[in-house]
Amino acid sequence: MGTPLPLIGKSDTKPTWCPGCGDFGVVAAVEMAVKRLKIPSHNVVVVSGIGCSSNLPHFLSSYGFHGIHGRAIPVAEGIRWANHGLTVIATGGDGDGFGIGAGHFVHAMRRNVDLTYVTMDNQIYGLTTGQASPTSSLGQKTKSTPDGVIENPIEPVALALASGATYVARGFSGDVKQLADLVAGGIQHKGFSFVDVYSPCVTYNKLNTFDFFRQRVYKLESAGHDPSDIVKAWQRALEWGDKIPIGLFYQTDRPTYEDLEKVLEAGPLALQTAGIRGGEKVLDEFV
Amino acid sequence: MSEIAVRVGGQAGDGIASIGESLARCFSRLGWHTFGLNAYQSVIRGGHVWFQARAADPRPHSQGDGADILYALDKATVEIHAPGLRRGGAVVFDPEKFAVADGELPAGVRAVPVPTLEIARKYTSQSILQNAGGIGGAAYLAGLPLDMLHEVLRDSFGRKSGEIVDWNLGASEAGYRAAEKAAGQVPNAVSKKGAPKLLMNGNQAIALGAAAGGCKFLAQYPMTPASSVMHWMAAHAHTLGVVVKQAEDELAAINMAIGASFGGVRSMTATSGGGFALMVEALGMAGMTETPLVVVESQRAGPSTGVPTKTEQGDLNLMLGAGQSEFPRAILAPADPAEAYRATVRAFELAESWQTPILVASDLHLSENFFTVDRAEIDLNVEVPSLFTVQPNGHEYLRYQYTESGVSPRAIPGQPGLQFVAGSDEHDEHGHLISDIKAGIPKYILERQKMMDKRMRKLTGLAHEVPEPRWEGPADAPLTFVAWGSTVGAIRDAMVVLAAQGKSTNLLAFPAVHPLSESAVRAAFQRTKKTLLVEGNFSGQFGRHLRAETGLYLSERLLKYDGEPFFPHEIVARALEVM
Repeated sequence: MGTPLPLIGKSDTKPTWCPGCGDFGVVAAVEMAVKRLKIPSHNVVVVSGIGCSSNLPHFLSSYGFHGIHGRAIPVAEGIRWANHGLTVIATGGDGDGFGIGAGHFVHAMRRNVDLTYVTMDNQIYGLTTGQASPTSSLGQKTKSTPDGVIENPIEPVALALASGATYVARGFSGDVKQLADLVAGGIQHKGFSFVDVYSPCVTYNKLNTFDFFRQRVYKLESAGHDPSDIVKAWQRALEWGDKIPIGLFYQTDRPTYEDLEKVLEAGPLALQTAGIRGGEKVLDEFV
Repeated sequence: MSEIAVRVGGQAGDGIASIGESLARCFSRLGWHTFGLNAYQSVIRGGHVWFQARAADPRPHSQGDGADILYALDKATVEIHAPGLRRGGAVVFDPEKFAVADGELPAGVRAVPVPTLEIARKYTSQSILQNAGGIGGAAYLAGLPLDMLHEVLRDSFGRKSGEIVDWNLGASEAGYRAAEKAAGQVPNAVSKKGAPKLLMNGNQAIALGAAAGGCKFLAQYPMTPASSVMHWMAAHAHTLGVVVKQAEDELAAINMAIGASFGGVRSMTATSGGGFALMVEALGMAGMTETPLVVVESQRAGPSTGVPTKTEQGDLNLMLGAGQSEFPRAILAPADPAEAYRATVRAFELAESWQTPILVASDLHLSENFFTVDRAEIDLNVEVPSLFTVQPNGHEYLRYQYTESGVSPRAIPGQPGLQFVAGSDEHDEHGHLISDIKAGIPKYILERQKMMDKRMRKLTGLAHEVPEPRWEGPADAPLTFVAWGSTVGAIRDAMVVLAAQGKSTNLLAFPAVHPLSESAVRAAFQRTKKTLLVEGNFSGQFGRHLRAETGLYLSERLLKYDGEPFFPHEIVARALEVM
């Protein structure tokens, strides 16, 4: 036995998030979860799009792909299909995932691709200095909505349930321990796991602050919620106001895309042979 | 020169393409080089569609001009196509459906009645079987042996029930005999000319080239005329070991392909202009993250939705400029399926060795029409090296290390000790962002410039590795055609026509339109006397590119943007004007 390969840790790049940003709790929770599962760092790929939160891959010692706005999911899917021996974690914000990238989010869930998607949902566009996001509250005043938001917000947990996600959770970056449990559960889950995280923006969202959530969140596991019951999960997903649930809403077993893709039965694509040398028979159909 | 062209016309849904393809296959199996033009519209039923199978010696490279035999499933087909029939030709029609008098046809063209519906009724109430009688009649008049027609039909219906095969064999023979009875002896029996040829369209050749070039992942969103790349690959996914993913849109398709490439497999996406326009941002990401990628862009008549079923070479400007700022790319522009096969193989090699996106420019004319290929032209023995070549050596691994070639050692996720982050933001040699707190700091201003220089150095190397401009025809010809992509085919045929008239011409084709090596291109043009630029777009986009890159201006032009492919006679006429 050689020395065990290094587990994930912090990279030598320090986060550039604002002091107090919710995303610090998220990167800490992802690191804790992966470490706890003892997955060597070279077998982990963290993928993101663009936004404050999408800088996250740079702060971990795993492989990373920091792509373009809204496209973390298709890149992550491509990586999974190229090598389904890898643990793939997609990360990003609410604008990235539910605005410009909403289409990919929905389709990845119906495919049940075996990856974990962690969104740092701060209900605002931070990196572009404070415009409304798809999850901003009705009436919320932002730089782009000085009269208040007049569009109904997307409820990511409900959208995930409707789209066929097989692991749907919500965390709060003010509770890193529970969040790490939820992310670890998602990584262990076979299929698409989604963890929406209330991760407050301390600079541009004066409405959905740490205090706002601390006063309202309650844990589903303490409320006797049964995560195998999708109807109950749906009811909980629509709760918003004085009480907001966090925890695991729903989990079910369904074959993953990788399970059903016959070409992957021969093992990870990256380890299969490539080319068609000696396969002259393929030309016969053209005669 | 000897040639025979059989045209079949009717409405969408009539089975025109399958009749035409079977006729083309009869010729190609007899060893004749053949061209099959599939002309259709953006409707599933109705409208007017036609297919032309043209066999010729010397090898035909286009649909040619005119036809000899026309099988008309409706009267509209007669009205549209009869004027293009050559003396000695014939029209096969069913008098039960409509009448055709000899007087309606050009001089020397006969109307040959074949009771296709009556023949079909002997077997079934399904009127689609009328096509069997019709193809039999057309095959007889084209001089094709009945046993070859039967062999082809047996193979194409082989997966269906024995009854359906028998009906088609019986009905086609009845049609063959009916035409024989009506028309008497035909002079032009098509004899066996050699080993059977392969009959394939450009998209099949591209998909085959991708698989041979090591492609393991294809993500695509349906769009005419690129869709059949996906269709062919999906049909062969299991035997070739290629994952084919129909994505939710073109944005996903290209990002999935980039992800898969980053993850350790050779990857491709294919689309047409509209889809490619959506892929533009991600193309730049492949350039910035230095992720190998092959993109097939099969052009159709634009702008916007344009004429989806018609051809054009109007996307060159888009392909050259796609993406904000600048990054290295190459654009290969094959002329025919044999070249499309090789170009796609080459595209994978170039993408891999230069770690940047490589485009294969096709168009509807090449992608969807059928060309014959000799087996020897398709070499499947392509070496595909492993991607896991970088090994940790105890030193710090620099994914984006500055190198003379611009290419840095690429690790694949899963390799221990080589972790890095590929960033679409500007980064240093490690891959660390220099786009936020480092941007504008003197040290990183220099890093930014050095990293741009590193990436763009690849273009110099690429220019030496893309296929060179290619000469065809006599060296000392007084007129040189200049062309890229599928337009080359009609020029080759026009050169044969011109040679028969005693006019010597040659061709300078550009199998790679970018990057151009200025010295090589200028040297090539030293050899030209007069030139004629032939392009399938409005403004002469390649002419503009050539001028921008080399200062050479080609003033004589033949530009076409009506959606139709070039016909040899158009090129001949313009050449005679210029000469």
